[in-house]
Amino acid sequence: MFKKLLIANRGEISRRINTVAKGMGISTVAVYSDADAELPFVREADQAVRLGPAPAKDSYLNIPAILEAAKSTGADAVHPGYGFVSENAEFASACKAAGITFVGPPPEAMLRMKDKSQARKLVSAAGVPVVPGTEDVLPDANAALAAAESIGYPVLCKAAGGGGGIGMAAANNPAELEKVFRQCTDRAKAAFGREGVYIERYFPAPRHIEVQILGDHHGHLIHCLERECSIQRRHQKVVEEAPSPLFADGRNAELSQKLFTAAIAAARAFGYANAGTVEFLYSDGGIYFIEMNARLQVEHPVTELTTGLDLIGWQLRIAAGEKLTVKQEDVKRRGAALEFRIYAEDPVKFFPSPGPLKVYQPPTGEGVRLDSGYAEGNTVTPNYDPMIAKLIVSGATRAEAIERSIQALKGFRIEGIKTNIPLHLRILQDPVFRAGDLNTRFLEHHAKP
Amino acid sequence: MADVAAHITGTVWKIEVKVGQKVSSGDTLVILESMKMEMPVEATEDGTVKEIRCKESQPVNEGDVLVVLG
Repeated sequence: MFKKLLIANRGEISRRINTVAKGMGISTVAVYSDADAELPFVREADQAVRLGPAPAKDSYLNIPAILEAAKSTGADAVHPGYGFVSENAEFASACKAAGITFVGPPPEAMLRMKDKSQARKLVSAAGVPVVPGTEDVLPDANAALAAAESIGYPVLCKAAGGGGGIGMAAANNPAELEKVFRQCTDRAKAAFGREGVYIERYFPAPRHIEVQILGDHHGHLIHCLERECSIQRRHQKVVEEAPSPLFADGRNAELSQKLFTAAIAAARAFGYANAGTVEFLYSDGGIYFIEMNARLQVEHPVTELTTGLDLIGWQLRIAAGEKLTVKQEDVKRRGAALEFRIYAEDPVKFFPSPGPLKVYQPPTGEGVRLDSGYAEGNTVTPNYDPMIAKLIVSGATRAEAIERSIQALKGFRIEGIKTNIPLHLRILQDPVFRAGDLNTRFLEHHAKP
Repeated sequence: MADVAAHITGTVWKIEVKVGQKVSSGDTLVILESMKMEMPVEATEDGTVKEIRCKESQPVNEGDVLVVLG
């Protein structure tokens, strides 16, 4: 096992990794930017090294500074957490070259997963269902119309090189497609300097369901069941849960088996090892691969609380070359868990709300876990994403977890900044949410003040 | 006359107008960046840009006047 672990991240996930590592007898090194010097994760680690000024490019994305911190402290492994350098194959390779173990998948697997169209071809060849669409860019509107006939309407036009919703538009019929195709082609040229446009089947209100994967470097690969993350705003997850209400109480057992088989097949196709997540869309009885994430997910605690697995602990053991001793048949679910991302933002308009945490009193209670990056008296700065903590609540059933969550959220006292706690309470009171009838457009129509 | 203020604390990412430019209510004057989000600051009324009181990449607080319209 490693002797010293450098944690190349900040906030709640740095703290969480620190706690797990220390529990395994590994000493820890935190790294931090000038904006974060006062935060708990810096003082709780055994050592702390300043990376640079507040902007992420000068600190948490500054690969030379991170490597230098690892070398100067004698760390023999680096855990990247999520975000920042976690999916950076170049960083993983640089660690390897410096003789430091990168806690994550092999860099080659990361490269295979990075290009979405390549990843799609690879998993499709392995028998994983993908969103029906064109493999290559379309030369003209006529080709798009012909492709749409075989895919079926509505379709989504996507600019090659686009991302995050930029250069995407849906069409419900051939007339709309002609118009949208022209717009997308123009936008692709203007924004990305490339003319190419793809089309694929558009799902107006899908569910987002993902499968946790664990694999070692000795060929053993298992899934750790699914999570549902359909409650999103601006394509960012807000509430996650396990199990998906779609599969609760043994419902849709055949579909869930298909989902797990597809997730394992995708992970094998990428040559994956360590912890990863295969993301799918669900719509009208079908599941469709979207992408695989080469890292620990933000929402991994709902899996931990319902399976009893320590995912970060396994990440470290697997990275150290140990065998994954958990067998597939040992992975069993107990109860249900919900995770609420506590964002420093306006609960109605979703505007960012940085500022001082004048009061910060987290709740306690049966089944309540808090992964928090901050303490009372800290300041939430505008430099990084708005997530200040994750509240994770478990219960014997989803209904019990929901009631416990309402109590916990009501008891979470934060003053000095706005948070989305009122939004979470509205979601939990919403009859459609309580019925488990979720989709990624939920927040556009429900849980309004 | 209208003082257009920052509605969030963050950094000035882009200034979209010049002094003397005519703007309509709802036009984007400045784009702020905060917590990995870009937030446009829009003209509150029709008018002309009289003064720009911020620079790109300058940190600003909620309530700071960014642009004066006349």
